[in-house]
Amino acid sequence: MSALLRTEEVRKAYGGVHALDSCTVEIEEGSVAGLIGPNGSGKTTLFNVITGYAKADAGQVYLAGKKITNVTPDKVFALGIGRTFQLTRIFASLTVMENMLVASPNGRAAARRRAMEQLEFVGIAGHRAELAGTLSYGQRKLLELAYVLVADPAIILLDEPAGGVNLSLVNHIADRIRELNAAGKTFLIVEHNMEFVMGLCDQVTVLDSGAVVASGPPGIIRTDRRVLNAYLGEDLDPADAENPENPENPDPAEDA
Amino acid sequence: MTETGAGTAVRSVLKIEDLVAGYGGGDVLRGVSLDVTQGGITCVVGPNGAGKSTLMAAISGLLRPRLGSITLDGKNLVGLSPRQVLRLGVVQVPQNHSLFRDMTVRENIELGGYILSDRALTARRVAAVHDVFPEIAGWSGKKAGSLSGGQQRLVEFGRALMLEPRLLLLDEPSMGLAPKVLRTVFGAIRQMNAAGTTILLVEQNARAGLRLSSQGVVMESGRVRLSGSGREVLENPEIGALYLGGAVSAG
Repeated sequence: MSALLRTEEVRKAYGGVHALDSCTVEIEEGSVAGLIGPNGSGKTTLFNVITGYAKADAGQVYLAGKKITNVTPDKVFALGIGRTFQLTRIFASLTVMENMLVASPNGRAAARRRAMEQLEFVGIAGHRAELAGTLSYGQRKLLELAYVLVADPAIILLDEPAGGVNLSLVNHIADRIRELNAAGKTFLIVEHNMEFVMGLCDQVTVLDSGAVVASGPPGIIRTDRRVLNAYLGEDLDPADAENPENPENPDPAEDA
Repeated sequence: MTETGAGTAVRSVLKIEDLVAGYGGGDVLRGVSLDVTQGGITCVVGPNGAGKSTLMAAISGLLRPRLGSITLDGKNLVGLSPRQVLRLGVVQVPQNHSLFRDMTVRENIELGGYILSDRALTARRVAAVHDVFPEIAGWSGKKAGSLSGGQQRLVEFGRALMLEPRLLLLDEPSMGLAPKVLRTVFGAIRQMNAAGTTILLVEQNARAGLRLSSQGVVMESGRVRLSGSGREVLENPEIGALYLGGAVSAG
């Protein structure tokens, strides 16, 4: 077993709703793994638990076999898990380069050089002196990626890297991920753009109501009935269970 | 022109033709055409980013389309303010909970009729809301914030009925609700429709939404990709490809 990242029976509830329910996910070292599922299925919550932004109610998280459950975000980052956010977390009133150097405030030459290398790699070095707030949405995602890459993490978690990004930048982002993967980086990617996920990932895990409903290569996942069922939603079988909140409901069976 | 089971002719309340709309530089809707038939529930489903919420915003006047037409009973809606659209009888229940939590249920319901100038009319409309949702009458004196998520949805529906909408827009009413509460909410939608309200429903739970609806529409990448009766759409094998880029029938 060469799982680089593994969650084991992770549970997390918010006010009685199970965001994660016995969620076990394994990411092989060297893979580009996708994490998909309908809205509210627990994808971002799983990211939050892995990276220490949310505390698991139960279960464990392992990185290369070492238990990292409920470690603080800064320690998770130092241990080698980099992460971007669905809504980018950049400092809009700092320049692109200043954003890259917030973790090394002395701005030593070596840090600047590393920052510059990553900005060049993601393709926004030309914007280094501009305020980050002037970047397009896609460029902000590239800035976040560059920032994460400076720490040279073993695995990178991307939360909707293609969301709201124009098509040419989407392809550019996919190409950068492929290059990084070829150089040994492991990825776990949450994304709603199916073309992006199915074209890029070698392994796709599907969450629904906080649990894994399927996991496998894209060709299998995209034709799996359980996956489609997850996306189309629960069939509210009118036959079962009365409704304590709404006793005036007419018999829904007439509809079906 | 289609026929209902009872054999009466069905007409369109809302007609959308070749609608192009978006934010900033890009188009989200890329030529959307659809009809909402009088007395029915029309359900729009589709994967994230299909343009469902943008469609709602264009209809309710929050987003001005670049091209195309939207008409309500033949009257143009494009270019009208949200308030003007409301006055023509298009009432939207937004996706996020929108009650005034520190006000009572009764006060929230009455606020739905804030454009009505006549107090007696307001009182009659409240009574009519209580006819559709008797449970709301029982919560009248409670603070709206003390109700459960599903109960708040019902009050939001009741508030929308205060204007006796010509067309009721429901934007993902099941969003954020626990699965067991979904049945309450879908039952309430059915009750409003049975009371004569024409409904355009955007729903993430495609299966439950389509089963409830007389008409179904699947959007993907800003276009209408499938349409028909709710059941026809749900049983169309192409729905799998539209959601997953693969081919699997929903059955």
